[in-house]
This record gives sequence, C-alpha cells and structure tokens, in this order.
Amino acid sequence: MRKKPVLHAIPVASLLDRARSRVLPWAIMKTHPEFSKWVLELIRRTSVDLSADIEGALQHAKTNENPGSPAASAFESVLENVALARKQSTPICQDTGTNIFFVYHPAGLSQRKMEHDIEAAVVEATSKSYLRPNSVDSLTGANSGNNLGRGLPSIHFHEWDKEEILVRLMLKGGGSENVGAQYSLPNTALGAGRDLKGVEIVVLDAINKAQGKGCAPGIAGVCIGGDRGSSYLESKVQLFRKLDDRNQLPELRELEERLYRKSNLLEIGPMGFGGRTTTLGVKIGVLHRLPASYFVSISYMCWACRRREMRIKNGGMTID
Amino acid sequence: MTRIELPASAESIAALKTGDVVKISGVMITARDAGHKFLVEHFIERSPQPDEAELFRKLSSLLRGGVIYHCGPVVAKDNGSWRFVSAGPTTSIREEPYEHKIIEAFGVRGIVGKGGMGEKTLEACKRFKAVYLHAVGGAASLIASSVVEVLDVHKLEFGVPEAFWVIRVKDFDAVVTMDSHGESLHKKVEETSTRHLDAIIKEIIQGK
Ligand code: SF4
Repeated sequence: MRKKPVLHAIPVASLLDRARSRVLPWAIMKTHPEFSKWVLELIRRTSVDLSADIEGALQHAKTNENPGSPAASAFESVLENVALARKQSTPICQDTGTNIFFVYHPAGLSQRKMEHDIEAAVVEATSKSYLRPNSVDSLTGANSGNNLGRGLPSIHFHEWDKEEILVRLMLKGGGSENVGAQYSLPNTALGAGRDLKGVEIVVLDAINKAQGKGCAPGIAGVCIGGDRGSSYLESKVQLFRKLDDRNQLPELRELEERLYRKSNLLEIGPMGFGGRTTTLGVKIGVLHRLPASYFVSISYMCWACRRREMRIKNGGMTID
Repeated sequence: MTRIELPASAESIAALKTGDVVKISGVMITARDAGHKFLVEHFIERSPQPDEAELFRKLSSLLRGGVIYHCGPVVAKDNGSWRFVSAGPTTSIREEPYEHKIIEAFGVRGIVGKGGMGEKTLEACKRFKAVYLHAVGGAASLIASSVVEVLDVHKLEFGVPEAFWVIRVKDFDAVVTMDSHGESLHKKVEETSTRHLDAIIKEIIQGK
C-alpha cells in the first residue's frame, strides 16, 4: 500500500509543482511507456461508457415498470442518457466523483512512477472534460481545477505474482457517497445483533434511509468487519464485482441474494419515485475484526455505476 | 404524460398531481445557492437598489409564472454563443431556507431539481400554486440536449455553476413529486418503504 505523508501547511500547488519539476530518478525504472496514455483512455471509457452489466440491469428494470409510470419514465431517461453519453463521448453524469484507483502490479515496478503517470492522466482527462474539476480544498473552499489535491486521486497499490498490471478505476459520485453508512453492532434501536441477521437488518436500514437521494436504483457494497477505515474501503472494493458475480463464500452468497430480493420489496424505485427496482445488486465482503468491534459498512453506488479495469499484458492493453 | 408550457398559469399548475410525468417547454432560469441567496437578500429583504433595477426587472419577468432549475451546468462557448454540455439537477434541499420566500415574492410556478424539498416549500406550493418537479439525477447529457438555446446569463461573476442561466428548453422530462395540494411523493414513498422495512425486520428477528 502506498503511504501518503501527512502534509501540513504546504500548499498543494507548490507541492505538485515540485513533484512535476523533479527529475525522476525512477523514470528509468520498469513501467510501460504508454502507461499514462492508457490510463487516460481508462478514465475516458469509465466516464462515458457504462459497463454492459449495469446497462443490461437497467434495461431489464425498465421492463418491470408499468409503461407511463414515473419509474418507467426515469429508466427511459437514464437509458437514453447512457446511449447519448457513449455516442458523444461525454460524461454519463456531470458529477465524475472521487477517482479511486487500485493498481495490482508485478515486483520491480516503481509505484512513484505509476502514481506520477496516473496523476498526469487525471489532469489531462480533466482538461478534455472527461472529468469535472472536483477537488476542493476543505479549508479554503478553493477548487484545484485539475482533480489533484491532498488524497486525490485516491490510489491503492498492491504487488502480486502475475506478470501483468491490472488498473481498476471507480468514479464515485458525491450524491451516492453521502448516503453511505457505517453501523457498529449491536444496534439495539434496530434489534440488530452481532451476526448475519444483524448485518441483514442494518443493510436494509441503510438502503431505506438512502431513499432515492443517491440516485437509485443503487448497488450496495458491504463490508462486515475490519476497522472503520478498512471496512469502508473493502465495501468499495466490492463494487468492482460484476452484478452476476457470485460470492465464493456460501453464507455470503445467500445473504447477497436475500438482501437483493428484500431490498427490492421496499418499493423505493428509481429516483425514489416508487417502483419495483430499488437496488441492482448487493455485494458483500468480509474482514477480520477485533473482539471488541463489529462494523458493517455500506457504500452506496448510484445507477451511474462507473467502474472499469484495464489489463496490461505482453505489451498491449485491454479494458473491460 | 402532460405538457407544461412556460410561463404557466395557476390553473395549469393546480391541475398537476404528484406522480404526473411531464415534459416542460419554454424559458426557464437556473439558480443554485448563490443565486437564491442573492434574490432573497437583494430583492426581497430590501427593495432593489437603483443599479440593480434593470436586473430586477429582467429576473422578475422571467420568474413570474416561470420555473427555477437547480442546476450548475457545464457550458461551452462556440462562435461567441453559449451552449449547455452537461446539465443534470443538483440536490434541492440546500435551497429550502430561501425557496418559499422566492415562490411568494416572484410568483414562481415550478421548481425543478432532485431529491425533493421540505415543509416550507411544500406549504408555499400550496398557498401560491406552485409545484416541485423532479428531474432524473445523473441524466446530464440527455438534459443538456433538451436545452435548445441559451438566451442570456446574469451574475456570471458568481461562477459558471452559480450564475443565472436563462435557457429555452424543449421536452424537458420531469416528474411532479410535490404538488399544489400539499401532497409529496417523497413522503409517501418513504412511509411505504419504512412500513415494508419494519415488517421485513420483524420477520428476520423472528427467524423467518
Ligand atoms: S449520485 Fe451518481 S448519478 Fe446521481 S448525481 Fe451523483 S454521480 Fe450522478
């Protein structure tokens, strides 16, 4: 994992300038010469071209609503918008969210070089309007204008055994992020104990509290366990799974199916207009926890579920 | 599906009910946080100053019978004229402290946004015959394509997202979620879903 130093009192601009102007001693280290260009293309595809599994689920959801109903008209607009964005190569939604990268790479590659290349690609993507300037200084309120800032983009590195690089990207919108929730079990108000029944209860509660505000229908990424930080992170990692991906753990597989079925009985519907589809999926991960803690974290992803991955292998790349 | 032509009459607005699917055509004006604050502080809490009289006159004529759209657009300028590139709705509840005053003072007939608004706005909709129209969150490219013309912009010094953009729209899709009879679809949906949730939780606890 990349460790970011705590940066007190150093203006971001000068910090980034310094990073840019520095002669990179690691530039000679092994990475792919096209890396930055390819990351730019990954950003473009993620922002303008919704994944087939999500679009398919939205199409299916439309057929479940009565023609002429608010829910049906919402799905029609959503699908028209998805097609238009792809055709015009413009962002599906104007909120292009937090840019979250996960990079899995073989031994010997420079993480600093890759970080540098990713940041360059983010700046370029912003100037090409694939990304909206979305990085605001929390103290001054100033927008950096290029999507860089303290902790942005969010990049997580992992070294692995394979001879290929995998770069995953998620654009996590603000409206949906605002309705995420973390519960510490037991939760007596809801009657949720420290077991899978308790998990089931709080996930449904979070989906109900979100109503349409996170641009429903959403996908709930869930993590059971971990600490407050690792738990939220894992709940986002779950959102990379394809909708038809089945959990390897039988008890979680069943829980995912149950939660998907039950959440759609709530009749919240697209945009909270009422309707038969409230969620497109529920994906659950699990981490070890301390004996004293039992966290359940829910990251809500809006219908504009923009996440893709790029594989770099044998000198070429593919985006899924 | 119902068509709304702007400016709208009180009668045509009173005929709308929550859950109605509508297409809006005509001239509307965007406003976000800075715009709402400005209208209230400069034109409602005090009378317009001489150097703002012209702006007051222009805005008043647009707002009377008109629609305010909660939107911070992405715009482009080609050959000297503005164009909307991306124009989805933004969360409306932030304007709750201002909106009821604006509806009353300017005779606004419709508010377009997302997520719904609170009791004060609902009450103003009832008293002064206005509606809240919910656009589709995230449908930014599609909505931009229903903006056929950018007619004017005021207070560009607030920044592009916060300025008052005067736009002509055609077949702008929305759903009435708060009507002029005191009904709110948001409240109704939340009551229903919470009832379902309570029943489901009970079953889970009882081990069914
Ligand atoms: S919640 Fe998602 S779809 Fe809705 S405005 Fe935010 S990013 Fe766009």
